[in-house]
Amino acid sequence: MGQEDADALTRRDTLIKIGLGSAAVACCGAAAFGYQFLSPNVLYEPSPIANVGKPDRFPPDSVTADPVAGVYIVHAAEGLYALSATCTHLGCFTAWKPELGIIACPCHGSKFNRLGVKIDGPAPRPLPRLKVSVSDEGDLLVDRSTIVTPDQFLRT
Amino acid sequence: MAKAIENYWNDLRDTKVWRSVFRSGAGSGNLHSALSVQQNVFLHLASVKMRRRSLAFGVTWYLGTLTLATFLILTGTGILLMLYYHPSVPQAYADMKDLQFVVSAGVFLRNLHRWSAQAMVFLVFAHMFKVFYRGAYRAPREFNWVIGVILLMITLFLSYTGYLLPWDQLAFWAITVGSNIMSAVPVFGQKVRFLMLGGNTVNANALLRFYVLHCVILPLVAAFFIAIHFWRIRKDGGLHTGKAAPHE
Repeated sequence: MGQEDADALTRRDTLIKIGLGSAAVACCGAAAFGYQFLSPNVLYEPSPIANVGKPDRFPPDSVTADPVAGVYIVHAAEGLYALSATCTHLGCFTAWKPELGIIACPCHGSKFNRLGVKIDGPAPRPLPRLKVSVSDEGDLLVDRSTIVTPDQFLRT
Repeated sequence: MAKAIENYWNDLRDTKVWRSVFRSGAGSGNLHSALSVQQNVFLHLASVKMRRRSLAFGVTWYLGTLTLATFLILTGTGILLMLYYHPSVPQAYADMKDLQFVVSAGVFLRNLHRWSAQAMVFLVFAHMFKVFYRGAYRAPREFNWVIGVILLMITLFLSYTGYLLPWDQLAFWAITVGSNIMSAVPVFGQKVRFLMLGGNTVNANALLRFYVLHCVILPLVAAFFIAIHFWRIRKDGGLHTGKAAPHE
């Protein structure tokens, strides 16, 4: 060996750098790998699009609960729209009270009108309005994964 | 670089938080090294000091350590596979196929689990042959040989219970044949088979029982005996190194 140079990269330093670098790359790879594995590629869940039947099931000026789909179909003067029946407070299933003309949550007393706007209670947001469309067979479809603005109606 | 890492490491080991967890601070003297082993719940199973020769490749071929490594791989991959596997008759086979074809990296983990299981059985036998032919089973290590035989049984039973879980034809008939062999045991045979399968045929109860045995009971029993096995190495005076090497 020649004279000592404190700043020179020794073989040992080089190997340590390569080793630590490889370990870091392996850790990143394992993290990405683990994230990919933990995210399911296929879900055995019901489709977010629910078929609620023919549009003429819903008479004018009515609110109809569909407990299977978890939505309300409202037939207003402007047309049809769908509201989520899941309370925006803590996710309880609300109920339509025809005698009072309101949607009420049994868990913590939140109340909504037929537009989904909160009247009373702890709910932080109005009931979301869901996208409505008509299938090729003429059935009304509610897409529970798509929230639309309150000015959208399905004309009948 | 190496110096910088070492300094950083020593600083870390002298912090209050680190010392509250590991007690022994920075340092590399004999006493410090001994304490850091003795005071660690996992390391204290091993000796504080050992003969240099016992670390030589030729003494053990590292077969015991390699067996432990396969056990750890099997535990890790097994826990991950459990996230996608339902031990029920309608779902088990479909979940196994999902792991192969749908889940990201699922086929890698499943194959790693399978090959490690094969390797573990091989390594356990190789380890036992090595111990036997070197005479390492003799006093004072005779009881550790007995523990090793128990661990062999647990390894084989882990393999056998895992065999049923894919719930395919191979699994079904392997367990049918295996449990019928078991019923040949005099007096208790039929009863043991009935209890193990949870019925008279390989069915939903058998699948669930084998799952619980494979994923919970047998790994816990194995970990229990592995801990005793390692602790006994220290208590029996370290690894058997044969005659002391002349230069030692």
